[in-house]
Amino acid sequence: MRLCTPSDSGVDLARVNLKNTIMGQPAIEFLSLTKDYPRGQWKRGVVRSLDSLTFEVEEGEVFGFLGPNGAGKTTTLKCVMGLIFPTAGTARVRGRSIDDVQMHREIGYLPEQPYFYDYLTARELLDYFARFFGYGVAERQERVAYFLERVRLTPFADVQLRKFSKGMLQRAGIAQAILHDPQVVFLDEPMSGLDPIGRREVRDIILELKEKGRTVFFSTHVLTDAEMLCDRVAVLVGGKLQGIGSPAEIVSIEVQGMEILCEVGPPRQLPAGLAERATRSGNRYRIQVPEAQLYDTLAQLRGCEARILSVAPLRPTLEDYFMRLVEHPNQAAVAESAGERA
Amino acid sequence: MSVAARARFTWGTAAAIPLLFLAIVPLQKAIDSYPSRMSAPEALWLRSGAFLKAISMGYDSLLADIYWTRAVQYYGAQFETGGAQFPELYPLMSIALTLDPRLTVVPRTGSILLSEPAPVGAGRPDQAVQLLGQAIAANHDDWQLYASLGFVYYWYMKDYTHASQVYLEGSQYAGAPVWMKGMAARIAELGGSRDTSVMVWSEIYQTTSEPRARENAREHLMALRAQADIEALQKIVDNYRGPIMRITSLQDLVEDRLLPSVPVDPAGVAYVIDGWGRVGLDPASPVRLDILEPTKHDAAAP
Amino acid sequence: MAGTVAINTFREAVRDRVLYNLVLFALAMMAAAVLVGQVTIGIERQVILNLGLTAISLIGTAMAVFIGVRLVYKEIEKRTLYTLLAKPVRRWEFLVGKFAGLVLTLAVNTALMTLGLAAALFYVTRGFGRADVSIAVAVYFILLGLALITALALFFSCFPTPILSTLLTLGLFVAGQFSSALREYGKLAHTRALAVILGAIYYLLPNFHNFNAITAAAHGDVIPGALILHNTLYAVLYIAVVLLGASAIFANVNLK
Repeated sequence: MRLCTPSDSGVDLARVNLKNTIMGQPAIEFLSLTKDYPRGQWKRGVVRSLDSLTFEVEEGEVFGFLGPNGAGKTTTLKCVMGLIFPTAGTARVRGRSIDDVQMHREIGYLPEQPYFYDYLTARELLDYFARFFGYGVAERQERVAYFLERVRLTPFADVQLRKFSKGMLQRAGIAQAILHDPQVVFLDEPMSGLDPIGRREVRDIILELKEKGRTVFFSTHVLTDAEMLCDRVAVLVGGKLQGIGSPAEIVSIEVQGMEILCEVGPPRQLPAGLAERATRSGNRYRIQVPEAQLYDTLAQLRGCEARILSVAPLRPTLEDYFMRLVEHPNQAAVAESAGERA
Repeated sequence: MSVAARARFTWGTAAAIPLLFLAIVPLQKAIDSYPSRMSAPEALWLRSGAFLKAISMGYDSLLADIYWTRAVQYYGAQFETGGAQFPELYPLMSIALTLDPRLTVVPRTGSILLSEPAPVGAGRPDQAVQLLGQAIAANHDDWQLYASLGFVYYWYMKDYTHASQVYLEGSQYAGAPVWMKGMAARIAELGGSRDTSVMVWSEIYQTTSEPRARENAREHLMALRAQADIEALQKIVDNYRGPIMRITSLQDLVEDRLLPSVPVDPAGVAYVIDGWGRVGLDPASPVRLDILEPTKHDAAAP
Repeated sequence: MAGTVAINTFREAVRDRVLYNLVLFALAMMAAAVLVGQVTIGIERQVILNLGLTAISLIGTAMAVFIGVRLVYKEIEKRTLYTLLAKPVRRWEFLVGKFAGLVLTLAVNTALMTLGLAAALFYVTRGFGRADVSIAVAVYFILLGLALITALALFFSCFPTPILSTLLTLGLFVAGQFSSALREYGKLAHTRALAVILGAIYYLLPNFHNFNAITAAAHGDVIPGALILHNTLYAVLYIAVVLLGASAIFANVNLK
């Protein structure tokens, strides 16, 4: 166990402790996970849904699993849960193989578009799932009440799930995923179908889990969420891992530039060279220039007495990176080495 | 479960299942050995063939087959374990016939099973007559039904008048064999003569497929033959005016050259003569003459 | 684990309003009790028992089949199985739990119907005698049969073909009622090979006829203790076979 030194200022102590508890073992390891499906009705040939997926997720990370529809994200999660069986390869969670049923004690899972027993109430559902973990009656009731409150479902605790809205179901789903305090939480599209308030709540819960040192692995389409929440992301396209690293590292591959927002009113005008490249709306112009030309451009603008409204770096988004990967898989640089945490 | 563990579980189960079945078989045998009250298949709920026909929605001939199957199964079960009581036999057969009046195997085989006295059958030739009557009403030109009916009258009920009438009527329909008319005449003339009986039982033996009925016919034929043999032998013994004072064994007749060898009955067992000079079957012989005794009618209502 | 699943399965059946059939049954029995006196003489007891026990058996069978074939299929279709299998519960534990839950439901249903039957019987015969012990045995046998049907239905429920599963389960039930006819055919068969094959089929098929003691109960026969034991063992063994088979199959299913 590594002792904390003064240079660790700013690092959350709990997180560090947990991370190193199991001698540096990753929270999740994917080891050449491969899944083939028979092609079509007559089963001639196969469709490779996952292709030798290999990567690791560290303890205490919030890890985003990105990819377009059909990339294999849900297939990956179903393999981990034991709902489907890999054709080759395996995975481990906290050192335990996915074949080990005891592994499930340490994980929580929220499937995409969860379905629950609609004849149960929220309280009964949580109580039912809690029973699989061997809690005593009192503790079970306590946990159920606490997590109902945590996902703000207490007022609806005794309403049958068939009457729940999608957002409420999602919240109930999160509650059942975490009520046994698992070390690793798997969430499949946790924000889908939620209104902004709901999404905010889910984000808060994820952050809270991270603060407690839990590992969160979630798949999503919403890249801004991934950018905001994740320590690292992986991008899956066509069953193959295309890129892995922290969002910042991934997008830093992109060429940077600067964007200037300025206002030039009559009778003054932008210099011709700039006017061609600018986007105009009324008297306002938005000009993008390479970083090296920033000061020259500013000088030109001063020359025409333009009013500078803002100067900001052109930040490529994860979305740009993502779209490039989707359109041209295997051609983007992979920041594998950058994926190691500093 | 890992791939290996799953494979072990699957194959282990595949091996365990046949073993478990091996344990199930003796259990089932033990259960089957209980008296028929427990395992009898019959709770004959719907006794009305007409009602069943109405509700069968057109699948009546299939239902008829099922009922006939039940009748056969019932007969078999009762024969084995039922203490030779067949109360549901007639109702089952009647229902089958109502459902499919052209299922003539029912009255033809069924009439024998109904008529034969216990333990082979129900001992109810009157029910057999009813059943055949029901069948003839729907198949009035089927000569085989008349032959069956004639046989029941002749053999089981000793009603020679009706027997003769029925044989005569049946003889006029297409396909009727030549002997039917002759049979009608013989019966009218001679009543229950042995030759007639032999002819009648021979016909049954050749045309019936139900094994017990067939076996039954064979036994009757053997008995009739033995009866004829005994009468002939008795005549020889009675007319003996030879040197031996009292014949104690048929071997004596052989030595006296009245017989080429000691005659054997249809089962191959030698005939014997008792202390009173009466020729008869060896007690060890499987041939039995008592099955030729007049049938007793059970006049109990169905 | 299996027990947890079982209780939940029971709860689902209750909330599914499946047990409302009991109300119908109770009404029917009451009507029969009142009418039977008008319609027959001397066999009121037999009629009530035959009617009642047959109804209990048939209603139970219908429940076992129609609920049973959806036990697993529904959880797969509705994907409720996803969250469940993420818990530390093995697939076979899930199956056994579903089985136990439905059998529990059927047991409760049967017990309540039997009470209704006893009430109707009491109304008609004004008293219970030693002969009526056979009624309890007959009901127990019916329950054994229902457990076996449930196991079969559960087995077919593992396949994503609800209509076919229903037909197959019903088909096995019907075949099992008439399997003794097969054996008779076997004895009548002309070739030894056919007799052996038919005999083998007889032993392979689930013999539901074993569990039919309705006639015996109607006549107040004493049912030997050894037969009760044998029937119980038969049911236990056969159910074990079916559940093992279902577990082996289900353990290898990739859930969509």
